[in-house]
Amino acid sequence: MISGYLITILIIIVIYAMLAHSLNIITGHAGQISLGHAAFFGIGAYTSAMLYTEAGFPFWISIPLAAVVAGIVGALLGIPCLRVRDDFLAITTMGINFVVEAIFLYIPFFGGAMGIGGINLPKWFGREMTKPEYFILILVVFFFLLLLDRRMGHSWIGLAWASIREDEQAAGAMGVDVVRFKVLAFILGSAIAGLAGGFYAHFLTFIMPQNFGFGQSIVVLSMVVFGGIGTRWGPIVGAIILGILPEVSRPIMEYRTLIYGVLLLGMMRFQPGGLLGSGSILSRTLQRLSITYGSKGESR
Amino acid sequence: MLWQQLANGIAIGSVYALISLGLTMVYGILRILHVAHAGIYALGAYVGLLSFRLVGNFWLSLVVGMAGAAVAGYVVERFLYTPLLHLPRIAPLIVSIGLFTAMEEAFRIVAGPHTLAYNARVGLGDLSIGGFHLTETQILILFVTFAVLIFLWAFLTKTRTGLAMRACAQDPETTSSFGVNVSRIIAINFLIGSAMAGAAGVLIGVYDNQVWPTMGSIPAYKALAIVVLGGLGNIPGTVLASIVVGLAETFFIGVLAIPFPRDAVAFVAMILVLMFKPYGLLGKA
Repeated sequence: MISGYLITILIIIVIYAMLAHSLNIITGHAGQISLGHAAFFGIGAYTSAMLYTEAGFPFWISIPLAAVVAGIVGALLGIPCLRVRDDFLAITTMGINFVVEAIFLYIPFFGGAMGIGGINLPKWFGREMTKPEYFILILVVFFFLLLLDRRMGHSWIGLAWASIREDEQAAGAMGVDVVRFKVLAFILGSAIAGLAGGFYAHFLTFIMPQNFGFGQSIVVLSMVVFGGIGTRWGPIVGAIILGILPEVSRPIMEYRTLIYGVLLLGMMRFQPGGLLGSGSILSRTLQRLSITYGSKGESR
Repeated sequence: MLWQQLANGIAIGSVYALISLGLTMVYGILRILHVAHAGIYALGAYVGLLSFRLVGNFWLSLVVGMAGAAVAGYVVERFLYTPLLHLPRIAPLIVSIGLFTAMEEAFRIVAGPHTLAYNARVGLGDLSIGGFHLTETQILILFVTFAVLIFLWAFLTKTRTGLAMRACAQDPETTSSFGVNVSRIIAINFLIGSAMAGAAGVLIGVYDNQVWPTMGSIPAYKALAIVVLGGLGNIPGTVLASIVVGLAETFFIGVLAIPFPRDAVAFVAMILVLMFKPYGLLGKA
C-alpha cells in the first residue's frame, strides 16, 4: 500500500495538473493572458463547499455545480475582459483575483478569514471514499478532460483559437467570430478550474480565502509556462515537477522559494518555450530520438 | 479632519507616483510589465538603510539608495530583459515575477526576516497649523516627489536625450534610423526609473520607520494597477492615477470606514475605469 503522505501529494499534483490544464486553454490555446486564474479555482471551491455544508447537497451534485458556477462567473468576467487587450487584460485579471479574494475575506456570508470547514471526502457504497479511491476518481475525470481537449484541438474551435492567438485582427478579418471564441475559452477554462476547486475543497476539508490568492495564480501560471505553454502535456509536466519540488526540497526549506524563483527565471531566460515547447532542448532530443527510431522502422 | 485626510492621501499618492513612474517609463519603451520593479524599490530601501547605518546622514543614504537601485535596474535590463524582447510578452513577465520572488527571498536570507528600523531625522520638524498637521516625513515625501517630477519634466522636454526617449516610446525603429542609439536610451530609461523606485523605497522606509523583506509585495501589484489606471506608458496619467488612488484609499477606508481591504481599492478603481475607458484615464488607443 502507498503511504498516506505519498497519496496526499499525488492528489494535490493531479488537482494542480487539472488547474494548469484549464489555464492552458485560456492562455495557451486562445492566447489570452490571465493572471487571476486562482479566482475561478476559489469560486469552484467555495461553491462546492457551501452547497455541501450549508445547503446539504451531496458531493456528486455540488461538484458539477461548482464547475457550472465558475463557468458562469468566468463568462460574466470574460465579457468585460474583452474590452481590454494584452497587458491591460493581464492586469485586469490580476485585479479580479484581488477583488474575489477580498470578497471571500470580508463578506461574512463566505466565512471571512476563518474560511469554511467541515467539508468531507465523498461517500459511495454507503461509506466514505478512501484517499486512493479519490485519487483515481480525479484521475479518471482528468483523463476525460484531456480527451475532450484533444477532440477540440482537432476541431474548428481549436483552429479558431489558434488563429486568435497568432493574430486577432487577421482572424477577425477572415471571419472568425473573435468574441464568441474568446468567451468560450474563458467559460471552459473557468469551469474546469472550478471543478478542480471543488475537488480541492473536498480533499482539504477546510478552505480559506488565502488559498485562492494571487500567489496561487502565479504558481499555476508558472506550471503552464514551465512545462510549455500551449502544448498538451507541458502544463501537466510542469505541475508534476513544480508540485514535487517543495516536497523534495524539504531539507533545504530555507532556500525553497529562492530556488523556485531562480528556476522560473532561468527557465524563461534560456528556454522561453518551456520544457516541452517547440525548439526546447528536451523536445529536440525527443524529436531526434523519434527520427532515429522511425528510420529503423523503415529499413526493416 | 478633511484637510488632514487630504494631506495624508496626497503624501501616500506621491510615493505611489515615484514607484509607478519608473514602471510606466519602462513600459513606454520596452512594453514589459516590470513586476521586479518593486524588488528594486525594496533594494533601494535596504541599500539606503545600510549606508544610513554606516554614515548616519539621511540625504546621503537617499542618494546611495537611489544609486544602488539604478545599478540593479540597469543589470536587470541588460541581462534579463533585452535578450527576451523578441519573444511573446509573457516571457519577460514570467522572468520578472521569478526575479521578484528570488529578490524577496534573497533579502530575507541576507538581512533576516525581521523589520529593521530606519530612524532617520532630517531636522525639518513637523508643521502644525490649527488642526492641520504634517509630519516631517510627509513634508519630506512631498518635497522629494516634487523635485523628482520637476527633474523628470525638464529632462523629457528640455534635453535632447529626453526628446530621444519620447521618440523611442513612439517608435524605436524609426528613432534608431535617425541615428539615435536606442539601447543607450533604454539603459538611461532604466537608470532613471529604478533610481525613482529606490527613492520611494528609502522614503517609505523612513515614513514607516521600517524596512522588511516583503515590503515590495503590495507595491508590486498596486503600482501595476495604478499604471494601467493612468494609461500604460502615459506619464501625466500615472501621476494623476497615483494621487487618485492615494486619496481614494485614505477617504474610503479612513473617513467612510468601509470594511474593505485597503489594497484592493486600486484594483476596483482600475476595473471600473477600464470598463469605460479601456486604455486608462489619459491613455490613447
